[in-house]
Amino acid sequence: MPPGILTLAAEEAPTLSAANTGFMLICSALVMLMTPGLAFFYGGMVRVKSTLNMLMMSFVSLGIVTVLWVLYGFSIAFGSDIGSVVGWSSEYVGLSGIGRDQLWDGYTIPVYVFAVFQLMFAVITPALISGALADRVKFGAWVLFITLWATLVYFPVAHWVWGSGGWLFEMGVIDFAGGTAVHINAGAAALGVILVIGKRVGFKKDPMRPHSLPLVMLGAGLLWFGWFGFNAGSWLGNDDGVGAVMFVNTQVATAAALLAWLAYEKVRHGACTTLGAASGAVAGLVAITPSGGSCSPLGALAIGAVAGLLCAMAVGLKYRFGYDDSLDVVGVHLVGGVVGSVLVGFFATGGVQSEARGLFYGGGAEQLVKQVTGVVAVLAYSFVVSAVLALVIHRTIGMRVTEDDEVAGIDQGEHAETAYDFSGAGGGTAPRRSVPATGDTAAAAQYTRKVDA
Amino acid sequence: MKLITAIVKPHRLDEIKEALQAFGVHGLTVTEASGYGRQRGHTEVYRGAEYTVDLVPKIRIEVLVEDDDAEQLIDVVVKAARTGKIGDGKVWSVPVETAVRVRTGERGPDAL
Repeated sequence: MPPGILTLAAEEAPTLSAANTGFMLICSALVMLMTPGLAFFYGGMVRVKSTLNMLMMSFVSLGIVTVLWVLYGFSIAFGSDIGSVVGWSSEYVGLSGIGRDQLWDGYTIPVYVFAVFQLMFAVITPALISGALADRVKFGAWVLFITLWATLVYFPVAHWVWGSGGWLFEMGVIDFAGGTAVHINAGAAALGVILVIGKRVGFKKDPMRPHSLPLVMLGAGLLWFGWFGFNAGSWLGNDDGVGAVMFVNTQVATAAALLAWLAYEKVRHGACTTLGAASGAVAGLVAITPSGGSCSPLGALAIGAVAGLLCAMAVGLKYRFGYDDSLDVVGVHLVGGVVGSVLVGFFATGGVQSEARGLFYGGGAEQLVKQVTGVVAVLAYSFVVSAVLALVIHRTIGMRVTEDDEVAGIDQGEHAETAYDFSGAGGGTAPRRSVPATGDTAAAAQYTRKVDA
Repeated sequence: MKLITAIVKPHRLDEIKEALQAFGVHGLTVTEASGYGRQRGHTEVYRGAEYTVDLVPKIRIEVLVEDDDAEQLIDVVVKAARTGKIGDGKVWSVPVETAVRVRTGERGPDAL
């Protein structure tokens, strides 16, 4: 997956490495955990009445994208190149023609391991979009959207960026673990969709503060933890320490971004908030994702700080421009992804993942131009296709729930559930079918008012 | 009989309970409440978006007493509830027509 400028074992044919295979299976499981982590990160940020819908929009991606990935997603993303735009290999369809010990080309891990690691990236990317759509999208429409979006946007873009023969890959755009393919892709899609579906009822008028910041912190913590698999695993092994550098850079950039966001808040609003700490951490994770394989730890520090600051400033834009990006997917993922991807052009040292050097390390503007090309291409493609998909769904089955359902709470309307039972005395709920009412009419009669007798 | 109602800061509850017990009150009812007085609430910030929180947490204490004790009991509650800072709350009393002890059916002052 990484632009294979320093691929492992160029001279001799690689053999299966038990260490790398075990490492990558663990990394895959870590990345899987990011999706429920994201669900909690988002779930805590919405109002009580939308909690379950927010959790479900992420969680369902685990179901949908996994099935698509097995059927044709892996083949489109990582099959043999067709015109530098998509891939296709019939043996990957249904993952049916892959041998148990068949190695991913040029690496020491089985194809199955590579496929499952990449699957987790494909799962979380559409889930990221959902934060912008909180409170107002029909669940059925979201299921359809994910299916189409993964097929038409994520799988091809993953091929562009990481697939052998993909046009951005061949150009030498560096996206270590998904700044363009994951974060810019999801952020641009979010922007495209919300411009089609419009604002939440009461946007800018009603209070929409997060209902549970502890859930947000739990989610951010799980994301941070899982992100080590996301980033450190993206070298597909750890024979040469690149994964270890990535691990360090991930931690460093995230810490710097967390502090930068808090500092901005303290100056601007007078308090360091919990939501700011969680948001800053995620902004740092996003920004280091594309860049951490090419920079030094000090570079990661700078990248994280810049991302924390710019994302903290960017989340206010929705109020100024009047678009309702509910949970700041644009402000955190799109902006963070752009920051990290572009800064590769400044901070690439030429000594870790590839020999490409950035402006600050004597490499001139060449890598910077490549990075900007990658950013613009993915941003534009994802934005346009996502907006068109949303428009088609909106005009056919409808993208939004009714205003009544939105006001009463999308959890009840779409999922026939509520997240919490706040009522005392059993909440006044009675089983509808399972237990017949044992109303004792004779006993009740004595309470009847005497005038009725 | 009188119903004394006190809306006070939650952290004064223990103090007030002790004062009421010392005064000889046998029972009371406590409810969580929220509201604001002249000082209004406070401001919270979420990713730069400021929310004014008008309704702040309060405790509502209700005590039934005989008429003769009412004024003195109000003073006891006020003294125990006072911190001297904004938002200390209010205490008032209203006349009560009837009170019944559910277990025995006793009415009036006997029910207290």
